[in-house]
Amino acid sequence: MDYFAQQLINGIVLGSIYGLIAIGYTMVYGIVGMINFAHGDIFMIGGFIALISFLILVSFGLTVVPVILLIVLLVSMAITALYGWTVERIAYRPLRHSFRLAPMLSAIGMSFVLTNYSQVAQGARVKPVPPIITGGYTLYEADGFVVRLSNVQIIVVITTVVLLAIFTWMVARTRLGRDMRACEQDQTMAALLGVDVDRTISMTFVIGAALAAVAGMMYLLYYGLVDFFMGFVAGIKAFTAAVLGGIGSLPGAMLGGLLIGLIETMWSAYFSVEYKDVAAFSILIVVLIFLPTGLLGRPEVEKV
Amino acid sequence: MAGVTAAPASRSSAASYAPGAAFIFKKALISALVALVLFSLMIGVRTDAGPDGQLTYWTRFGDLAAMVATVFGGSIVVELLRQWWGPVGTVRIVPPSVQSGLAVARRAIAPLLLVFTFLVPVIFYNERYILDLGILVLTYVMLGWGLNVVVGLAGLLDLGYVAFYAVGAYSYALLATNFGFSFWICLPLAGILAAFCGVLLGFPVLRLRGDYLAIVTLAFGEIIRLVIINWQSLTGGPNGVTGIPRPTLFGIPLTPGDDGLAAMLGIEFSTTHRIVFLFYLILALALLTNWVTIRLRRLPIGRAWEALREDEVACRALGINTTTTKLTAFATGAMFGGLAGAFFATRQGFISPESFTFHESALVLAIVVLGGMGSQLGVALAALVMIGGFELFRGLEQFRMLVFGLAMVLLMIWRPRGLIGHRAPTVFLHHNQAISSDLVKEGHG
Repeated sequence: MDYFAQQLINGIVLGSIYGLIAIGYTMVYGIVGMINFAHGDIFMIGGFIALISFLILVSFGLTVVPVILLIVLLVSMAITALYGWTVERIAYRPLRHSFRLAPMLSAIGMSFVLTNYSQVAQGARVKPVPPIITGGYTLYEADGFVVRLSNVQIIVVITTVVLLAIFTWMVARTRLGRDMRACEQDQTMAALLGVDVDRTISMTFVIGAALAAVAGMMYLLYYGLVDFFMGFVAGIKAFTAAVLGGIGSLPGAMLGGLLIGLIETMWSAYFSVEYKDVAAFSILIVVLIFLPTGLLGRPEVEKV
Repeated sequence: MAGVTAAPASRSSAASYAPGAAFIFKKALISALVALVLFSLMIGVRTDAGPDGQLTYWTRFGDLAAMVATVFGGSIVVELLRQWWGPVGTVRIVPPSVQSGLAVARRAIAPLLLVFTFLVPVIFYNERYILDLGILVLTYVMLGWGLNVVVGLAGLLDLGYVAFYAVGAYSYALLATNFGFSFWICLPLAGILAAFCGVLLGFPVLRLRGDYLAIVTLAFGEIIRLVIINWQSLTGGPNGVTGIPRPTLFGIPLTPGDDGLAAMLGIEFSTTHRIVFLFYLILALALLTNWVTIRLRRLPIGRAWEALREDEVACRALGINTTTTKLTAFATGAMFGGLAGAFFATRQGFISPESFTFHESALVLAIVVLGGMGSQLGVALAALVMIGGFELFRGLEQFRMLVFGLAMVLLMIWRPRGLIGHRAPTVFLHHNQAISSDLVKEGHG
C-alpha cells in the first residue's frame, strides 16, 4: 500500500508534465487539424533554455531560489514561445492549404531540425544539474518504508494546476480564446466574421510552446537532466495522452496526461521498467482502436 | 463597389509587384531580431560538464553574430528570389516544342537508367566505394518501391515501415545463425514473416485514417524496436546479431576455398566478386518489387488501392471491400520491406536495433513523397538524390541530419507533391459522358 501510494505520487507528477505537453498537441490539432510533430522537440528546447538560463543566473551570484525559478520560467517560456511561432511561420503556414501529407512531413523534418540543432549547438551528452529544490515531507513511515512527497513534486503539480486554471480561463473568457474556438469550428466562417485566423493560429502555437517550455523546465527540475533526444519519446507519449483524453479537448489532454503518467509509473513499478514505453505505445494503439474519440472528445462526423 | 474598382488596381500593382528596398530591409531586420532571440541562449552559450563533473558554460558570441548575420543576409536573398520568381502558384507556360522534348526525355530516362544500373559493376569494377554506394541506393529504391504500395498507391500513411525491414532482417539473421538455413530459403520466409506482421498491424488500424494511422504505425515501429532491444535471449538486445552468413550463389559460396565460385570457374578469387553479386542481387530484388507493383496496378486489387487513395467513402459505396484492400496493401508493402531487410542482414553480416530507428522510416517516406507518391521512376530518382545527397554530406557528420530535416521542410514548401509530381490514377474517364434524362428517370433507370 505504501509502495502504491509512493507510485501514485510519482505518477501524478509525471502525468502533469505529460499533460502540459499534451495541451500543445490538442490545441494545434483542434485548430489546424495536424499533428505538430515538432512539439516534443519544442519541449526539449524549453528544457535546454531553462538549463542555460539557470546556469547563467547562478554564475551571476543569484542565490534566492524562488527568484531564480521565476526568472528561469519566464525566460524559457518567452524564448520557447518564439520557437513555436517560428516553426509555425516557416514550416506550417506555407502549407496550410496544401495536401494532407505535406504539413505532416514538414513537421517531421522540423522535428529533425530541432533535435539536431540542439545536438550541434549544445553537444550530444546528457546535461545533469545538481538538485535545485531540495527537501520534502515524509507523509507516512512504516516498516522501514517511507512515502515521501518532495518539494519538487509539490512545485510541479502546483505550477501545472495554476497554469491550467489560467489557460482554461483564457480559452473560456478572453477574446483570444473565443477566436481560437471559432477557428476550431470553421476557419472560413471565422475569417468572414472578422477573426484574424493567421494570428490566432500563431498564438495557438505560441501558447502551446510556452506550456511545453514549462513542462521542459519541470522535467529539468524533477529529473535533473536534459538531453537533445528527450523530445521524441516524450512527444509521442504526450500525443498519446492527448488522444486518450480526446483530441481537441483541454481537460481531456490533462486527464490523458495524468493517466499515461500513472500507467507508465505503475507499469514500471509492478511489471518491467524495460517495457514501459511499449506499454505507453500499446495504449495509444488500443485507445485509437476502441475509443477513437478519446475519453472526453467529440465524435468526428464523416461527410462526403 | 469598392471591390470592383479595386480589382484592376490590384492587378496593375501585382504586375509591378516590387516592394522597395526599405520593405525588404525591414523584413530582414525583423528576421534577424527573431534569430537573435532564438539563438541567444542556444548558440550564444555553450554548456558542458567541466573536469569535476559540474556543468559549466562559456559564451560564443562570435558564432551567434555569424548566425544572425546569415539569417539577415539569407532573408534578403529569399525576398529577392521571391520577387524574381513572382507570386507562388503562377502558371508557367512551357513552349510546346520544349514540352514534347521533355516528354521524349521522360520516356527515355527509365530504360537509360536501367541499362546504366546494369552496367555499373562493369564500369566501376575497381571502385569499391561506388559499388557499395550503388548497393545502398538500390536498397532504398527497393524500400521506396515497397512503401510506395502502401503510401503511394493505397494512400495509407505508414510511419513505421522500418518495423518490417527489421522483421525481415532479424528473421534471416536468427534463422540462419540458429538453424543454419541458407539465404535462399530464408528470403521467402523473411518476406512471409514480414507480410504476416503487416497483416498484424493492418487489422487493428483498419478504421483509422490519415494522421491517426500515421501515429499508430509510428508507435508500432517503435514497439518492434523496443522489443528487439529488450528481448535479449532471442535477439541479443542492443548487441545485435553477429556472424550472419553471407549469401551463396544457389549453394555455391563466394569464398576463396576449393568449393568456392572462383575455384569452380577457374578464375582468381577476388572480394569484389561478392560485392558485384550483392549488387545484382539487390537489383534483381528491386526490379522484382517494381515488376510486381506494376503488374498489381493492372489487376483489380491495384485499381482498388488507387480508388481507396482517392476516396475511401466512394470506394465503400462502390462495393469495394476496404478491409481486404487495406490488408493486402499492408501485407504487400511489408513483404518487400522484409525482403529488403533480409538482404540488408546478409550484406552487413551484423545487425543491431540501431539500424532500425524512426529516422529510417522517415527517410524512406521522404523518398516516396519526393518521388511523387505513386510514380515508380520518381521513387527511384528520389532515392538516388536522397542517398547520394546524404553521402555528399557525410563529411559534415552531425550536420547531416540537420541538413536532411531542412531539406525535407524546404522541399515540402517548394514541391509538396514531390519532384515528379503526378499521381493520376491508372484508369480514369477521359470524357465526361452525358446521360440522357430518359435513362435515369424514376422507375425506369
